[in-house]
Amino acid sequence: MAVLSKYLPGAKKAREDHFEKDDPRQYLMHDPIPRGQMNEMVMESMHVTSWKFWMVFGILSVLVAVCFFYAWGYMIAEGLWVAGVMRPAYWGIFLVNTVFWIGISHAGTFISAILRVFKAEFRRPFTRAAELMTTFGLIQAGASIFMHLGRVWLSYWMFPLPNQRELWPNFHSPLMWDLLAITTYVLGSTMYLYLPLIPDLAMARDRSTGWRKTFYRILALGFRGTEGEWRHLHTAMNFFAFAIIPVMFSVHTIVSWDFAMAMRPGWSSSVFGPYFVLGALHSGMGAVAIVLFIMRYTMKHMDYFIRKEHFDALGKLMMMVSFTYAYFIFNDYIIQWYGGNLATDNLLHWLEEGPMSWMFYQMILFNIVIPFAVLWIPKVRQTPWLLAIVGLLINIGMYWERYIIIPVMLTINNMPFTWKLYEPRIEIYLTIGTFALFLLFYMAASRLIPLIPVWEVQEGQMAHTMRKIGKANVSTISDFE
Amino acid sequence: MQMTVDLNRVGAKGAIAEAAEGKWGMSIDRDLCTGCQACVAACAMENNISFVGEEDAGYGRTQHWIRIERFWEGAYPNVKIAGGYQPMMCQQCGHAPCEPVCPVFATPHSDAEQLNLQVYNRCIGTRYCANNCPYQARSFNWRDYHTMPERGNMVNGKLVFPLHNQFNPDVTVRRRGVMEKCTFCIQRIHKAQDKAKSEGREVMDGEFAPACAQACPADAITFGRIDHKDSLVSQRSNEGRGVKHLEDLNTLPRVTYLKEG
Repeated sequence: MAVLSKYLPGAKKAREDHFEKDDPRQYLMHDPIPRGQMNEMVMESMHVTSWKFWMVFGILSVLVAVCFFYAWGYMIAEGLWVAGVMRPAYWGIFLVNTVFWIGISHAGTFISAILRVFKAEFRRPFTRAAELMTTFGLIQAGASIFMHLGRVWLSYWMFPLPNQRELWPNFHSPLMWDLLAITTYVLGSTMYLYLPLIPDLAMARDRSTGWRKTFYRILALGFRGTEGEWRHLHTAMNFFAFAIIPVMFSVHTIVSWDFAMAMRPGWSSSVFGPYFVLGALHSGMGAVAIVLFIMRYTMKHMDYFIRKEHFDALGKLMMMVSFTYAYFIFNDYIIQWYGGNLATDNLLHWLEEGPMSWMFYQMILFNIVIPFAVLWIPKVRQTPWLLAIVGLLINIGMYWERYIIIPVMLTINNMPFTWKLYEPRIEIYLTIGTFALFLLFYMAASRLIPLIPVWEVQEGQMAHTMRKIGKANVSTISDFE
Repeated sequence: MQMTVDLNRVGAKGAIAEAAEGKWGMSIDRDLCTGCQACVAACAMENNISFVGEEDAGYGRTQHWIRIERFWEGAYPNVKIAGGYQPMMCQQCGHAPCEPVCPVFATPHSDAEQLNLQVYNRCIGTRYCANNCPYQARSFNWRDYHTMPERGNMVNGKLVFPLHNQFNPDVTVRRRGVMEKCTFCIQRIHKAQDKAKSEGREVMDGEFAPACAQACPADAITFGRIDHKDSLVSQRSNEGRGVKHLEDLNTLPRVTYLKEG
């Protein structure tokens, strides 16, 4: 994103490659640099923008204008006829995108909140990058839900607004629970993104001029870094970190209930809740790997902050999540298969040998087999571009998983006469549009807010020391909180 | 007038308590059905159903409230009819899966008539009801088929739609983006009830019929009160050949299919 001559991995040696194998300085927490210098590095990574950035930014803007706004407007004007939804696949890619983007958004909360609560030290440099994914992913998810509605201009009827006819929304409907859960999640995760951002905004305010100064001054809420302010901030962050975790679990469980509550073969499954939560983490972890890879190789100074140790730790997490995912997918399919219900049997045969079976096998391959096979190897985990490719494959696999659950499973129902294969039409453009909008938001954010939580890195570096225990050098952490 | 909505009855899981018996019902004799599609045509005329055109119909966007399902064995040209014809429409479930899932109460249950209603002007088009219908009986207005420019004639620089002259004034014309489904011709039910009321009597069995039953040349479709034991539809339903579709899902369907003898 920024001006840098090296775009290919390995073109220039990264910072940690200069150290000997046993030198603790190859780890970010043991490689401290002065505070002022680190602040300058982060400010510079925000300010230095090359023509390549603006070129990509321009292309994405055109894609958003055409594939998101124009295509959506066209669909609203023409009706859902321009999309591929029909009987029996009344739900199509729009809801696939919704579930996919909510899944992406889970990584942010997971990395930021759960790893923060459990004090996993490797999280420090990339909590912000993951939290931004949460907020921007949820925007895409929300937009996809509205795209899906037949009369989107009346969607406010889902809100419990007072009206003359005393009509209220139906709180028996899983869609209603969904609306409440996603709204709660958007608000909660945005606040959770904002709180740890305040000290960094204050840092940026003190080091910028012009409109940026005004921008940061307003957002930093007058934060000066006094003892009392830090204590309040830590209390608030702690509160939100614990509070957002159950919200995160509930959101994807409730999204899965849209399907699991319905009376349909393949959908009506009690394991869908945890299965969806794990699936969300699976795709989210993969997306974090991709984002970290792009950050490290396109933004200035990022090879100091985002190191092989972080990819290594992320790779281990991805492997663990893929094991758990395998457990849930086994649990889901084996029980449905063993049950022997005729409609479910038809559905499973359709997945096994129907025209969409390639998607089913790719899902298994990308989500389970490939992470199983390669993430054991430290070399793969520690090579950023390899881990990013694994992350990309996992995301493709997870997209296929949602595609199978929604339009492909909808194809088979209790009425064989209506079986029909779904073909996406304008959905393809709108999908491109949501992806472009996500990237556009992310690129704009990378110029406006510090993508590295500087204070968190500095706090970690101060807490870490090397101590000699006997003859061994041991890394120790003194706990601040 | 103060209107209150009892959440335990309208579109809720609690609807099962009042729904065990039902009021209006239908029996369809699959022995008599010849698959002539007269019911489909009559229903489309009566209920202002859109003609979606060849392409959309082939893609699965027919809006027929009643459809004739054909079942066959083998692949063309060695096709053998197996199972015959099965007219399929909304089963007016007493315990309808479509009802609780609507976020805006566009699919309530009628207490008076014990039918599933669809409130077109309340529908926002989430299509959850159609997904949750095990009979796939609901159809969605994918576009404004009634006002497609190619359906009209240019008369003095103005688009005129001759087919609009055949609309039934008793039934609304649905716009795009809303769900619709068979209503058991509720407009005819109300008309008959109003007439009976003005004459100070109950509605008689066979006094009126929905469009499909009226049009059926083989008299395969019978309509009436299933809570009256002596009505024709009750007698036919209980004569021993009656089956209900997907009864194991506990939807309490009001349509009884009489299997081939």
